[in-house]
Amino acid sequence: MGNYELTIGLEIHVELATKSKMFCGCATTFGAPPNTQCCPICLGLPGTLPLLNRTAVEYGIRAGLALNCRINPVSEFARKNYYYPDLPKAYQITQHDKPLAENGFLEYFLDGQLTKTTITRLHLEEEVGKSIHSGDSIIGSEYSSIDYNRAGIPLIEIVTAPEIASPKQARVFLEQLRLTLQYLGVSDCKMENGSLRCDANVSVRDIEGNPGEKVEIKNLNSFRALERALAYEGERQAVLLSQGKQVLRETRTWDEKAQKTVRMRLKAEAPDYRYFPEPDLPPLELEQVWIHEIASSLPELPLAREERFQKAYGLSEYDAGVLVRAPHLADVFEETVALGHSPKLTANWVLGDFARLARQGEVVSAQHFGELLELVSSGQINNNQGKAVLEEMFATGASPREIVQKKGLTIIQDLGFLKTVIQEALNEHSELVERYRSGEDRLLGFFVGQVMRRTGGRAEPVLVNKLLAEALQPGRNWEPHKE
Amino acid sequence: MKELAHKLRTSQVSSVELVQHYLDRIRAVDSDIRAFLYVDEDGAIAEAKASDERRRRGEPLSPWDGIPIAIKDNICTVGTPTTCASRMLENYYSPFEAEVITRIKQAGMPILGKTNMDEFAMGSSTEFSAFYITRNPHDLTRVPGGSSGGSAAAVAAGEAPWALGTDTGGSIRQPGAFCGVVGLKPTYGRVSRWGLVALASSLDQIGPMARTVADAEILFSIIAGHDNRDSTSWPNAAYRVMDAVPDNLKGISVGVPEEFFAEGLDPEVACSVRQAIKMLENLGAEVKPISLPHNIYSIDTYLTLVTAEASSNLARYDGVRYGLRVEAPDCTTMFKKTRTKGFGPEVKRRIMLGTYVLTASHHEAFYEQARRVRTLIAQDLEQAFSSVDVVVTPTTPTTAFRIGEKQDPLQMYLSDSYTAIANLAGNPALTMPCGIDRKGLPIGLQLIADHFREDLIFTVGRVLEQSLREVEAGGEL
Ligand SMILES: [Zn+2]
Repeated sequence: MGNYELTIGLEIHVELATKSKMFCGCATTFGAPPNTQCCPICLGLPGTLPLLNRTAVEYGIRAGLALNCRINPVSEFARKNYYYPDLPKAYQITQHDKPLAENGFLEYFLDGQLTKTTITRLHLEEEVGKSIHSGDSIIGSEYSSIDYNRAGIPLIEIVTAPEIASPKQARVFLEQLRLTLQYLGVSDCKMENGSLRCDANVSVRDIEGNPGEKVEIKNLNSFRALERALAYEGERQAVLLSQGKQVLRETRTWDEKAQKTVRMRLKAEAPDYRYFPEPDLPPLELEQVWIHEIASSLPELPLAREERFQKAYGLSEYDAGVLVRAPHLADVFEETVALGHSPKLTANWVLGDFARLARQGEVVSAQHFGELLELVSSGQINNNQGKAVLEEMFATGASPREIVQKKGLTIIQDLGFLKTVIQEALNEHSELVERYRSGEDRLLGFFVGQVMRRTGGRAEPVLVNKLLAEALQPGRNWEPHKE
Repeated sequence: MKELAHKLRTSQVSSVELVQHYLDRIRAVDSDIRAFLYVDEDGAIAEAKASDERRRRGEPLSPWDGIPIAIKDNICTVGTPTTCASRMLENYYSPFEAEVITRIKQAGMPILGKTNMDEFAMGSSTEFSAFYITRNPHDLTRVPGGSSGGSAAAVAAGEAPWALGTDTGGSIRQPGAFCGVVGLKPTYGRVSRWGLVALASSLDQIGPMARTVADAEILFSIIAGHDNRDSTSWPNAAYRVMDAVPDNLKGISVGVPEEFFAEGLDPEVACSVRQAIKMLENLGAEVKPISLPHNIYSIDTYLTLVTAEASSNLARYDGVRYGLRVEAPDCTTMFKKTRTKGFGPEVKRRIMLGTYVLTASHHEAFYEQARRVRTLIAQDLEQAFSSVDVVVTPTTPTTAFRIGEKQDPLQMYLSDSYTAIANLAGNPALTMPCGIDRKGLPIGLQLIADHFREDLIFTVGRVLEQSLREVEAGGEL
């Protein structure tokens, strides 16, 4: 794109993980049969009134504080008016002039650099229903059905300043935001379920640095879509400018199949939402005490944890980052280290087989995990046995000692026995012994395998290697050691 | 009503007899008056039987157990339609009932039926009902006022002992004045709006309509109270009926805003209200001139806010979930056709106006400006109540006009010139009859008090009512 500078601002909608909806008592469970989680309020029946869910406000404040925002002591709900079949009242209750929180920022590592993005505002609003069209879109579909289960689920909308400079930065920012919200426990932030959604505003500055027209992009349903759509759009606008053409102020949508952005509507066609203060809800006045209470209950946030893992445990930037991005692993790591195990060894194990096994579901307790590390580091079982034991721990939930006992998985400490096994193996394969002695070094592996098989994997491979190498030395008339 | 309660208590009359009496009356006169949109004979009789049974067991729910009531049709009831006098909701049955209905039922009162109104409470004559016009019982060629015209006419014609109406800019008080009945618009937040089909949420209140001030006070005490489903409901909203009122008004100060007696006021109405003010003075009240200078803007302010909020509140009637739907090949056309057919002319007019005043390019000049003036109007009243207990004004500029007389909507809007102020400022205000004009039509007097001071309104109203009755009986002032 050469001389063109990209400017990106993001608008993120996050469904809050409250048990009930924002203005009624209906459940918010994802994936329930259509229209089973509705009531007169969230269906907007005549005569109903909204009743604000305190937990939704609390989650909003949590997010606002974690994003370093100023929490407004008085904020105001407003109506955003437009017609759409899945919008039961034909208006969405949101916040407009006076949002819940303003003027914050989020920090994150971008290519190893600590980077900061301004959060302009964070406000509360209610979710709309979900249209299910028989065709691709409402236009041209034979029929459409509407599921109002989603209508009224609380949302926060987070708006960044237009200061993100690259598609990659946008992705990294969004990943950090998602992680932060997950740490706060305010949302599951699943893009695939729509509980985290992102729209972007993109413009390019020309060679002289003049700001360009803003184009809004919708339908960014994954981190990949976000990054690709922004790259595509930046390129598209830059090409237009380089051809001396104009970038039109418009809303475009990301077409996943075609991998390009497509015009939805021009700015001039944008709806006028006729915002006005919601008369059914008094202004939201927050007690300072409550805000302080929430502030003091915030957990350690991902960035702080990442920095601490590097400093306190000496983990690499990479290891710390991976652990922090997987909170369940980071938790086990910390708990295990707290039991006195080496951070490096623990991290290696957690990021290796443990991470792979944890993908299937529950994790094992730090107590058990620490026990396993103990067995391995004290040489009571070898590394490979350790992996097998871990697998068994995940499968059965049993303690490593139980597993080791049940399967007889101890290391053979009896050197004489080991030497006998080795001699047997060599006797059985005397012609291979000769070949080894005449220079075929790679046969050593074969012998190691033989010994391990005969001991049921209970031999220490390093020791077996050493004993075998001795026994196979050319000219040596090897005798089993007798004790 | 206390008499009726006594008769019920002492078994001189049963609730079934009482309900049957009103049903007979409805059968006799309502083909002319047409106050009701729906009469629930079976339901009312069943409730009356249950009430009599409770009395027989000596377990009445309240002193008013068994006394029936009529309900304006924009208040949600279960088992009977709630149409708001609109084609849009012609066959709509609410799955839940309004908080006021729950309270009415907890007091044991049978519901006679649902009364006619201007469509979605938009209008001042009940001529904008999508179904039929209600006539004024005092003169069948005249309107009963509106939008609670059905409730006012039903009480005036003896079809119901009392009724519930709703008031957004005068919709209880103006028909109350036109039909010669008492009606209260309570303090905003004192009666729950849960189950009231919204016209303008920041102005709407449900209130009592009755034949006497004392009855209105009783009905008010039944419906007032906190409801946590309505976020604009006040914690200490409950009201207790005063056992007795004094026989004079010594120590009470009454403010008279001269602006309300200026141009546009019918001389006969002015004369009658001034006579009543004289009577207040004779009863010992201190009468003071006051000024409410911003009231001249109240109609413009009111119209801007009411249309803005209504355009949003009525947007949900789109044919998707309930109510009327006119089928069409695509969704947008279905919306348009449904709303074109479902709404009458006044509703369309107000939706258009409201949409216009909220449009981004006009928002500041109209909507925001109206919000600022609303504050000024409220400050006027606040100022007034720093020096007086109640404000007395005429309820309406004229007595009931003829059906079809007001074709110009602006003329119609002027009926609310004296009443909208109480909605804009949230204050309680009551209309009560204070005389009749030469045409034999009732004249209404309005009492406004400070927020939550319904007690002052009822005190002054009851004393004045007593005095007016004595004069009527004695024939002389
Ligand atoms: Zn609900």
